Amino acid sequence: MAVLTAPAAAIAAPQRLRLPPLAWTSAVILALVTLGAILVPMLLPAGDSRPSPEQFLPPGSPGHFLGTDLNGRDLLFRVFTGARISLLVGLAGALVSLFFGTAYGIIAGYKGGRVDNLMMRAVDVLYAVPRLIFILLLVYLAEAPLREWLYATFAGTKLAGLAGYTKIVILIIALGMIEWLTMARIVRGQVLALKSQQFVTAARALGQSHWKIVTRHLLPNLAGIIIVYLTLTVPAVMLDEAFLSFLGLGVDASQASWGTLLSDGAQVINPIKSYWWLLVFPAVLMSVTLLALNFLGDGLRDAFDPRQRER
Amino acid sequence: MPAFLLRRTLALVAVLWAVVTLTFFMIRLTPGGPFDRERKIPPSIEKELLKRYKLDGTEGRAWGVKLGANLGLNESLKDTLGNAASLGQQYFSYLGDLLRGDLRLSTKYRDRSVNEILAQTLPLSILLGGLAFFIASTVGIWLGCYAAVRRDRLGDHLAMFGALGAISVPTFVTGPLAILAFALVLPIFPVGGLNGPMSLVLPALVLAAPYVAYIARLMRTSMLEVLGQDFIRTARAKGLPEREVIYKHALKVAILPVVSFLGPLAANLLTGSIVVESIFNLPGMGGFFVNSILNRDGFLLGGVVIIYCAFLVLMNLLVDVAYTLLDKRIKLY
Repeated sequence: MAVLTAPAAAIAAPQRLRLPPLAWTSAVILALVTLGAILVPMLLPAGDSRPSPEQFLPPGSPGHFLGTDLNGRDLLFRVFTGARISLLVGLAGALVSLFFGTAYGIIAGYKGGRVDNLMMRAVDVLYAVPRLIFILLLVYLAEAPLREWLYATFAGTKLAGLAGYTKIVILIIALGMIEWLTMARIVRGQVLALKSQQFVTAARALGQSHWKIVTRHLLPNLAGIIIVYLTLTVPAVMLDEAFLSFLGLGVDASQASWGTLLSDGAQVINPIKSYWWLLVFPAVLMSVTLLALNFLGDGLRDAFDPRQRER
Repeated sequence: MPAFLLRRTLALVAVLWAVVTLTFFMIRLTPGGPFDRERKIPPSIEKELLKRYKLDGTEGRAWGVKLGANLGLNESLKDTLGNAASLGQQYFSYLGDLLRGDLRLSTKYRDRSVNEILAQTLPLSILLGGLAFFIASTVGIWLGCYAAVRRDRLGDHLAMFGALGAISVPTFVTGPLAILAFALVLPIFPVGGLNGPMSLVLPALVLAAPYVAYIARLMRTSMLEVLGQDFIRTARAKGLPEREVIYKHALKVAILPVVSFLGPLAANLLTGSIVVESIFNLPGMGGFFVNSILNRDGFLLGGVVIIYCAFLVLMNLLVDVAYTLLDKRIKLY
């Protein structure tokens, strides 16, 4: 993502969004998964969510299309409630990274010179540090204080229930904080290219404030590329979250995500008796979703940035 | 060249020092101590343990408190100063041990030194990682070249679809699925554990898969860019066979971005993977990084981080040397 020579308007809004069929298919699949995550847990009978230790059924059993897990909970129900958590974490984490990355990239690119150099070297250093240590530290350092603060502030009120969600909130912030680096680089490159263009010079000559130039002139022109990298950050955050859940460091067991399900599923693959459905169904749904997100992101990038396509 | 090597060695020492310092203070300042268990242990025993693992810093604390008293500070400030001095003493005594090549005892795996633990687990991780690295680099580079040459044809589309697929599916999914398919349903490979070279094939393939995909995508982009340049047209105009144009002229230039990706990748792979090693039940060092943070096992973490950083700096050095071999215009300084 170096300097772009196309006029700003062409970067921001292609006249008609031309996406390859694969990207359209991906968009439809994503819509279906999201719809499923919202509707399926609501439509299934309430008993499906409760553990009933006496039943442990393979797929295709009456009433349990995908079978049940070791505790007798319906797998279809679990897979789609897992989708809720995974999609939520992915999207929210990507939004956090979008906020940080865009702000950082705009400041670095707009200020330029030594500030830019310093800020980008910092990004290089952060790229080199293993991410896991950051997440673990942030979760350890921030979780207990936040929970206590929530208890203390909302004690007795309805909002006290919020304290149960501290882990997930911290996780979202932590994941967002490690995935913003690429976004910062892309935005900074784009800002460097945009700020030397005539409409920015004109705005400056008219005496507009820096804030106005950024919000009125730069941000609208950055919107396209930001949306593209948002779609590519969502799967990255989801993968990170699943990895953490797999290690048992992710969201709490009561809010099972796809990573939790996969980690449970991986444990029951053994030579004696394989309960393959516990692994295969979450794996397929998660892989399809991640693939669809990546294809959509790639397709959008090609549509918004023709230069990338030529290469 | 000698000046370059000297400079890099100094940089290695500086990086190691910075990283060791950072990890030491982060792990010591994070809430929770190395000997915290479900059941509280009596203070006297904890004191003994801390002393044994050189984590007490008694002299430092005493010195700090005395200094505070001399300065006429109040009790809580004296205490803070004592704690800081205690931490300082622990840190410098740790640095001293490191300089002597002693990585100290692990606080989790009692009575085993970090040197010993790493000597037992590192070779397997290097073997597995090296195998995965070999697969990832050769297959990835070849696949990328193939896709670039067959641009926008079926082969290209299939290869890139497969690559995006391999990036999208995490190793903790491919691992168990590979076991299910190639060890249980079709019993070709052992399920897990370490017995014979066959038991490393499946883990190495699983570990390599996403990196094959990354490298293939990187290689394809870079190759397409190079194939559009003038010297390629000249090579073709000279009547060189296409094979020679691609693999002798174009590859030498197009491989540069891939080479710089390979450095950190090698450091990553050679120090083990927690996911693959735990799924395939291999006694490597991949799990130590996470587990030593969770167990507050600072000295084991220090050892792992030192090895990782040493690999990283070394591999980046190799990358730089490889650059000068591939492109004669690049000078090392």
